[in-house]
Amino acid sequence: MDFTLRKEHEMARTLFKEFAEKEVKPLAQEVDETEEFPRETVAKMAKNGFLGIPIPKEYGGQGCDPLTYAMCVEELSKVCGTTGVIVSAHTSLCCDPIMTFGTEEQKQKYLVPLAKGEKLGAFGLTEPGAGTDAQGQQTKAVLEGDEYVINGSKIFITNGKEADVYVIFAVTGMIEKKGRKIKEISSFIVEKGTPGFSFGTKEKKMGIRGSSTYELIFTDCRVPKENLLGKVGQGFKIAMHTLDGGRIGIAAQALGIAEGALDRTIAYTKERKQFGKSIAAQQNTQFQLADMATKVQAAQLLVYKAAMAKATQKEYGFEAAQAKLYAAEVAMEVTTKAVQLHGGYGYTREYDVERMMRDAKITEIYEGTSEVQRMVISAALLK
Amino acid sequence: MKVVVCIKQVPDTKGGVKFNPDGTLDRAAMMTIMNPDDKAGLEAALRLKDQYGAEVTVLTMGLPKAEDVLREAIAMGADKGVLVTDRVLGGADTWATSQTLAGALRNMEYDLIITGRQAIDGDTAQVGPQISEHLNIPVISYAQNLKIEGDSVIVERQFDDRYHVLKAKMPCLITALAELNEPRYMTPGGIFDACKAEITVWGRADLKDVEDSNLGLKGSPTQIAKASDKVRKGAGEKVTLDPAEAVDYIVGKLKEKHVI
Repeated sequence: MDFTLRKEHEMARTLFKEFAEKEVKPLAQEVDETEEFPRETVAKMAKNGFLGIPIPKEYGGQGCDPLTYAMCVEELSKVCGTTGVIVSAHTSLCCDPIMTFGTEEQKQKYLVPLAKGEKLGAFGLTEPGAGTDAQGQQTKAVLEGDEYVINGSKIFITNGKEADVYVIFAVTGMIEKKGRKIKEISSFIVEKGTPGFSFGTKEKKMGIRGSSTYELIFTDCRVPKENLLGKVGQGFKIAMHTLDGGRIGIAAQALGIAEGALDRTIAYTKERKQFGKSIAAQQNTQFQLADMATKVQAAQLLVYKAAMAKATQKEYGFEAAQAKLYAAEVAMEVTTKAVQLHGGYGYTREYDVERMMRDAKITEIYEGTSEVQRMVISAALLK
Repeated sequence: MKVVVCIKQVPDTKGGVKFNPDGTLDRAAMMTIMNPDDKAGLEAALRLKDQYGAEVTVLTMGLPKAEDVLREAIAMGADKGVLVTDRVLGGADTWATSQTLAGALRNMEYDLIITGRQAIDGDTAQVGPQISEHLNIPVISYAQNLKIEGDSVIVERQFDDRYHVLKAKMPCLITALAELNEPRYMTPGGIFDACKAEITVWGRADLKDVEDSNLGLKGSPTQIAKASDKVRKGAGEKVTLDPAEAVDYIVGKLKEKHVI
């Protein structure tokens, strides 16, 4: 077993790191303070191919692998969690399901501009009463002639108002499974500007405050039946498959946030003097840093393993769940320790670790809470 | 249109300079980057590719690991890479380097050759103009802007307090300043392609019309007696005052140190 990165991955990391330092880091604090979506940064990422990294070249992407994509989200998140999740939601939650389940026509019409970065993507599954319990869906789609008529709403949608293309889920009927009546869920591609599709309130969030998180509202929203993604009733499968990939993106985001907090803490503890010496010379600091670095390294190995599993295995939900669970909890732990080691300064908005601690929390919640990841992992162990 | 860009892998001086016990640079211990002026030259060539469909070849002389800088250039958009590497070429000064590169260029087709003004590890600014002499083509140095007009190139050459506008018929050589442009990033897909790209590797035998006496350490008139890192200054003192107070403060300090 060789843990050395291949040449292309080393070069890609250099690229992402340089871009993050030059283009993203200088704006991170402002993006958080103003809660403004970083449109200019997204345009630069589009120009440089960051919005289609794992998509094949014939569909407008870069033709790289999931590991390269994960490294991009990781490096961006080291300096700005908001920017990391914009790329993750676009790539994993919108490009990927269209790539995997879309028809050739859908790929040409939607995937190509998404992967080129000409359009931004989003994903709408969550509803007020349907979070972890995806079966709680209330949004309905009814076939009328050549169109589906969608009614309902989605909440907490990342890239909400900024996206152009949305993969959304709706109930298309009731079916019987193992003697029980359950909802038949289907998936649709909806374009911004479709009559009947509007936006509700913008969420005021604890962290990742520059990401545009909105409610999507569908009122007699008519989409052509060609926009059905996959087959009727395949929605739940599409959602679960998509979230398996999405979890690798969020795990990479969590990893990046943890790495960013660790880097800043190492630098700070070397500079900060108390009792006549740097706090890095105190054994408590040394032990804390050692624990933080060890956990960050373990998280990185799990994230990279999951990314490689997506490239080489048919099923990778187990690896993705482990990576997301661990990286998210490490991000929360490491950023909390980072704030503690910064003392009073760490609690102020002048220091990045304050923002990072707030950004880290969401990684334990979205795209499957840590509890859901434990359910996925234990279900695989006990089957 | 064919453009050859000469690029050099140089130590990243931001990470600090390290020396071997004999005073020479410990290149293995230092991070490397593409020389900034060369990168601007490459960007200029890539813009000619975007605009006119020019074919861009990057050429470098160095250790086998200098192949990395060629792959970086390909990941930015260059079409081909040529590495000139041979033990007998080691220890070259600017004379031997320009002889080597000219020997390689005699095997290549070009309308335009672009080099950086100078490399940050040597700061001589000699190699580009020397290559043009060896190849007997015009050179315009210190280019801060360039455009193509028919079979000529029009260049703004930076000068002390102004710039000169010069026109030269191609084939010609231009030395580029880092200020020429903002080089583009590599793309992720470009990196994957660059890692699969075949790099042409040439040795001494592939160089055309060059005497052995002009190559490598033996062919180098310049010998380095001693090299050292620049002396680091102290952190200095930063004060924030109104302009009038600031003047008094500075004058006071200069008097205190008997400068005035």
